[in-house]
Amino acid sequence: MDVSIEDSGGESGEGGDDGAHMEYRPSAGQQERERFRRSRKRRDQWIAALCTLGFVVVVVVGVVASPGWDRVHSLFLDHSEFTRTFPAILRGFWLNVQMFLIAEVLILVLGLLLAVVRVTRAPGLLPLRLAATLYVDVFRGVPTLLLVFLVGFGLPALQLQGTPTQPWVLGVIALVLSYTAYVAEVFRAGLNSVHPAQRNAARALGLNETQTLRHVILPQAVRTVVPPLLNDFIALQKDTALVAVLGPLEALRVAQINADYDFNYTPYLGAALLFIAITIPMTRYADRLQRKVAQRTWAEAGR
Amino acid sequence: MSEPLLRIRGLRKQYGERLVLRSIDLDVAEHQVVCLIGGSGSGKSTLLRCVDLLDTVDDGTIHLGGTELTDPRLDDHAARRRIGIVFQAYNLFPHLSVVDNITLAPRKVHKVPRKQAEEYAKELLARLGLSDKAKDYPDRLSGGQQQRAAIARALATEPEVLLFDEITSALDPELVGEVLDVVADLKQRGLTILMATHEMGFARHAADRVCFLEDGVIREQGTAEQVLTDPQHESTRRFLARVLDR
Ligand SMILES: Nc1ncnc2c1ncn2[C@@H]1O[C@H](COP(=O)(O)OP(=O)(O)OP(=O)(O)O)[C@@H](O)[C@H]1O
Ligand SMILES: [Mg+2]
Repeated sequence: MDVSIEDSGGESGEGGDDGAHMEYRPSAGQQERERFRRSRKRRDQWIAALCTLGFVVVVVVGVVASPGWDRVHSLFLDHSEFTRTFPAILRGFWLNVQMFLIAEVLILVLGLLLAVVRVTRAPGLLPLRLAATLYVDVFRGVPTLLLVFLVGFGLPALQLQGTPTQPWVLGVIALVLSYTAYVAEVFRAGLNSVHPAQRNAARALGLNETQTLRHVILPQAVRTVVPPLLNDFIALQKDTALVAVLGPLEALRVAQINADYDFNYTPYLGAALLFIAITIPMTRYADRLQRKVAQRTWAEAGR
Repeated sequence: MSEPLLRIRGLRKQYGERLVLRSIDLDVAEHQVVCLIGGSGSGKSTLLRCVDLLDTVDDGTIHLGGTELTDPRLDDHAARRRIGIVFQAYNLFPHLSVVDNITLAPRKVHKVPRKQAEEYAKELLARLGLSDKAKDYPDRLSGGQQQRAAIARALATEPEVLLFDEITSALDPELVGEVLDVVADLKQRGLTILMATHEMGFARHAADRVCFLEDGVIREQGTAEQVLTDPQHESTRRFLARVLDR
């Protein structure tokens, strides 16, 4: 076996630990190439650091030197106001998290059911299929905030027996109605993305429609669907703040009450920080998953 | 000769304007291996798909044993259980391990207990030389190994007739032999096989009958000897000259 020179960029050729490569030393030419790559990399890192620093300085100086800076500073970045209101906002945020968790579970279940109804072809399910299509069309078209108003004020007005009256429950219902329509479409796209040959292979083995869906199509669809679902849930997490218009004491509402009290907007900043603290890790995680799924798809397509 | 296991009469299939199968008459007797040969696009895959009811036919009849498969009143899931098919592109289930691929249909369709299904799967894998791959996922197998796993999957439900669609055409030459050995072994065991193939050497060696498909009909059929060494039809001769040339 001859030793090929690997182009792995980094510190390769350190002897290696498997026997066959024991006596391998990079050739003079390769050492020279690696020296050059290292110096080039150092130079690139310097350029990146200097440019970033320069950019930050320009932005900070620009903002601080702006004529309204003192006003903004006292209105939005008031330290004592922040420490005074933050605990209450944090307690309010716990309600946001609860609404998010409850809504998420309902949305996943209902969205999947809706998607399955839409892709099946059983003739008896036609009315359900039509209803599901209508539902998705309508609820994807209505702004979420509008739905929160409609459900929050409309549902109790009907005075039906057993309808909930707590504002946060009504808010969750509105969010579920809106997001289920999106999530159903994500699931449906996932179901349709499974190659038709897989359905044929399952049918050829004698599996019926339900068995094919359950054992062959769904498991494969779920893999591709997770990253886009996470994106929808990031949006849902933020949209729990819309429920503020109905009055429950969640983070935005608490911040609003405090801000109205002394006309200082620092509480809004506190609420914003809390939302970011949750959504940024979720975004990173979604990106990672998305990359992984893409890599697997490329690997499968490249064979 | 007794009643054939598979009997096809006047089979017609078109996709839109394109008439692929004009009128196919074909018999496959029990324990026979019948090879379909013909140029690319001559309709070999289409014919196999029609027999497995994965496509609806436009005219003609297909009988399996005493059952007319082309009868729309038929329970097509039940009918398909009696037929095993192996596709050109394997089409294993990527989310299931090899052994789960093989046991899915026996367990879910035929309600065989898991333990029993897995035992039979192990036996099949041993026969196909895949014993050490049972727990692997399809994307970790070579092409030849995937193709043999797909054959094991088709055998697991003990079908009455097996349909093979060019099961060696996606394989490297050194892997073709291992898959064809499997087919020869199945023939030894008395299975009934209808297969599309480009392997004239294999057809000559293993087929009881060879059918040359062209222009939507079976232009010529007979024993491998007759069709491959002494073709009667001008177009068969031309086709053979073309493929044997390579
Ligand atoms: N689903 C389809 N829709 C439209 N046309 C089709 C479809 N499937 C096959 N055809 C056409 O039918 C003809 C026969 O195709 P088929 O796959 O049966 O050929 P084949 O003999 O198996 O060829 P090969 O040796 O290349 O596999 C081709 O011209 C093809 O374009
Ligand atoms: Mg084909």
